[in-house]
Amino acid sequence: MYVAVKGGETAIAHSLELLADRRRGSRDLAELTLDQIDQQLALAVDRVMTEGSCYDRSLAALAIKQARGDLIEAIFLLRAYRTTLPRFGHSEPIDTSRMVAERRISSTFKDVPGGQVLGPTFDYTHRLLDFSLAANGERPAAPTAPVDATRDLPRVGDILEREGMLEPPPANVGGPTQDITRDPLTLPAERPVRLQNLARGDEGFLLALGYSTQRGYGNNHPFVGEIRFGAVPVSFVPEELGFPIEIAEIDVTECDMVNQFAGSHDVPPQFTRGYGLAFGHAERKAMAMALVDRALRAEELSEAVTSPAQDEEFVLAHSDNVEASGFVQHLKLPHYVDFQSELVIVRTLRAEVEARRQQTALDQAAE
Amino acid sequence: MSDIALGLADPAHDSQKLFRAVLDAFAHPGRIVALTQGPAGVGPLSRAATAFLLTLVDRDTPLWLSPDFDVPAVRDFVRFHTGAPLVAREADALFALLTPRRAPLIDSFAIGTDPYPDRSATLVIEVPALTGGPALTLKGPGIESEARACVAGLPASFAEEWAANRTLFPCGVDLVFTAGSELMALPRSIAVEI
Amino acid sequence: MPDTISSNDPSDGAYNYAYLDEQTKRMIRRAILKAVAVPGYQVPFGGREMPLPYGWGTGGIQVTAAIIGRDDTLKVIDQGADDTTNAVSIRRFFARVADVATTTRTEEATVIQTRHRVPETPLKDGQILVFQVPIPEPLRMLEPRETETRTLHALSEYGVMQVSLYESIARHGRIAKTYNYPVLVNGRYIMSPSPIPKFDNPKLDRNPALQLYGAGREKRIYAVPPHTPVKSLDFDDHPFEIERWTECCALCGSTQSFLDEMIVDDAGKRRFICSDTDYCQERQEEQRR
Repeated sequence: MYVAVKGGETAIAHSLELLADRRRGSRDLAELTLDQIDQQLALAVDRVMTEGSCYDRSLAALAIKQARGDLIEAIFLLRAYRTTLPRFGHSEPIDTSRMVAERRISSTFKDVPGGQVLGPTFDYTHRLLDFSLAANGERPAAPTAPVDATRDLPRVGDILEREGMLEPPPANVGGPTQDITRDPLTLPAERPVRLQNLARGDEGFLLALGYSTQRGYGNNHPFVGEIRFGAVPVSFVPEELGFPIEIAEIDVTECDMVNQFAGSHDVPPQFTRGYGLAFGHAERKAMAMALVDRALRAEELSEAVTSPAQDEEFVLAHSDNVEASGFVQHLKLPHYVDFQSELVIVRTLRAEVEARRQQTALDQAAE
Repeated sequence: MSDIALGLADPAHDSQKLFRAVLDAFAHPGRIVALTQGPAGVGPLSRAATAFLLTLVDRDTPLWLSPDFDVPAVRDFVRFHTGAPLVAREADALFALLTPRRAPLIDSFAIGTDPYPDRSATLVIEVPALTGGPALTLKGPGIESEARACVAGLPASFAEEWAANRTLFPCGVDLVFTAGSELMALPRSIAVEI
Repeated sequence: MPDTISSNDPSDGAYNYAYLDEQTKRMIRRAILKAVAVPGYQVPFGGREMPLPYGWGTGGIQVTAAIIGRDDTLKVIDQGADDTTNAVSIRRFFARVADVATTTRTEEATVIQTRHRVPETPLKDGQILVFQVPIPEPLRMLEPRETETRTLHALSEYGVMQVSLYESIARHGRIAKTYNYPVLVNGRYIMSPSPIPKFDNPKLDRNPALQLYGAGREKRIYAVPPHTPVKSLDFDDHPFEIERWTECCALCGSTQSFLDEMIVDDAGKRRFICSDTDYCQERQEEQRR
């Protein structure tokens, strides 16, 4: 077969070789293993799985290694792989009240059934560089309390809901919904579609938007009803069996944000929900997502849409970092044909302005 | 299951060739293309209609079968090879298989909406032959000046029905006529004159 | 030698023919047929993540992957040239995943994927020109909201575009838009021709080849069937016109082609050569004969 080959081909080949070389870094140092990335850069793995929409720690670790630690690049790698996978069906919705929680806090009640469980968190670290890690990071295993995996952990929101103080979750849970990785986004979008979009959305983008709601751009008076992190079972109903079987256990972080709602003439005041969910341990992401989810419900709750975080089309169209990164960086591609067109017109327009100026000068001289 | 007729022998490559033939037909309304990569026709279906289904229909595309084609051989074949949901109401279908005996012929299928004219049905009409019928003159996108179609077996009211479909543009249904191993397309953008 | 380029290339056996799975191809193929049936209308499709970045031709690649077969001969150009790095990269991708012959010759190609140009050599019946489209919505820079622009298309309410062109005349004395110049397809839909220079717009009109447009990030496919009228928007007193150069191509002497301008020395001396490398080489070879 004839394959057209030109100069650019060699340049690309060399560039790929150089990239692989730089990725490896100094050969005097041991190469990173995927297990090391999975275990010691676990939160990077969590983020790549969340925004890559694919729960697979070793694939995410591989993507991070291949991307030289560039997490958006790693997310892109994982998504491009995910999209080629055959689809066997949909799991049953996960039930986070069955979570074996490693961490669980509520900022709306001093104590809650099941208790406040601090778990591993950066929250109370003093941000002092720990130079002992530079030499040797070995630590003895931390003591942990025995876990009771048999007992359900009721959600704080559910308790408020029983009292009528908090709106119930949407009724259509578990029903069919659009899959944003297979169907194009259509607007206005249903909440399940928005939540999918936010779950895949860039953490930095959601953080900034969530933050903006706290500074008056669409304030929704949030309280952390609850944040929980831990393992939940995933069930699947194989067609030939007709009943659910547990196929896996995944770590997730869930944030139930409780927000004020003024009520109206007919509706008594009630708290409303913003919801965030992320793979692994990702509280910043889950909280930001919950703030933006609530902000995007403005229209549904008859609030004025005045701020970027409440603007569904603005948020959903710009949240995806793989799309954004690609389109921003495509400006590196050659654009010299379009630029040539611009050169031609700008030269023409400049010549016309100059001609008019000279004509005016001549006319004035003649007067 | 063993009674079900075979599908495409080499799905990736056969469906590619079949699709290109269908695309050629849509891009040149009135042009007759041959769909030869597929298996023999299933039950009452022509080879071309069978190939068309195998190429474009799947679990995401509800299919409506007219009574002539709503028979076990076709139903089992469609379910097994495409997974397409078979729907009872014309309006729910994205694809439909029918004969020219249906009257009115192209009524009550999804025509899309002005913002989303693509949410419309494509009708596969099995005819006795794509030649030998009364001559119709076709004009519109894909045709240099005009094209001629002589589809056999169409009802006398066809031109009138099609004119009504044209007035819906950009909404409306798209048609493909099949006979034997041949196919001809009539997208909604095309004007038909007798 | 594309197959020796990198050790981290995925093993080809792990992917389906032409990369996309068959279900995705069917979805794209259905969208293409709708696009052909409603010329100029942007059909939403379930665009997939491709192994190339958004903005680098993922829409064109998905369209090409959905139509291409082993009998095809593929040409890929960027800025009119076959040897720009992105064109090389996309051509290499298809040579590998679709086992397809490639060419630089416009007339030999059955499928031509392009970014920013239409070849100078006239196309023929049976050829398919696949455009890479960054922003498929011609009204987007005038109205950023999809919900609004969709309504404007539904109602054929294109006053906002006319006003924008008229403002350009009021300001500059002429329509100063140079690329991505809006067109009206078959008298119904205003369409973005993708960022080709307006020089190429007349080639879209009644072209015997099939034109398919793919926007990956924005998840839209649209089409212009063969022989379809494509009119560049203008006014009676300000008719549409294309770029002209006083220079000719320094390599082949053409005065009819779109020229790239190159700066050849520190003093800023300019040299003009054809943007379409195949057209230019064909002419040079003919002159040598």
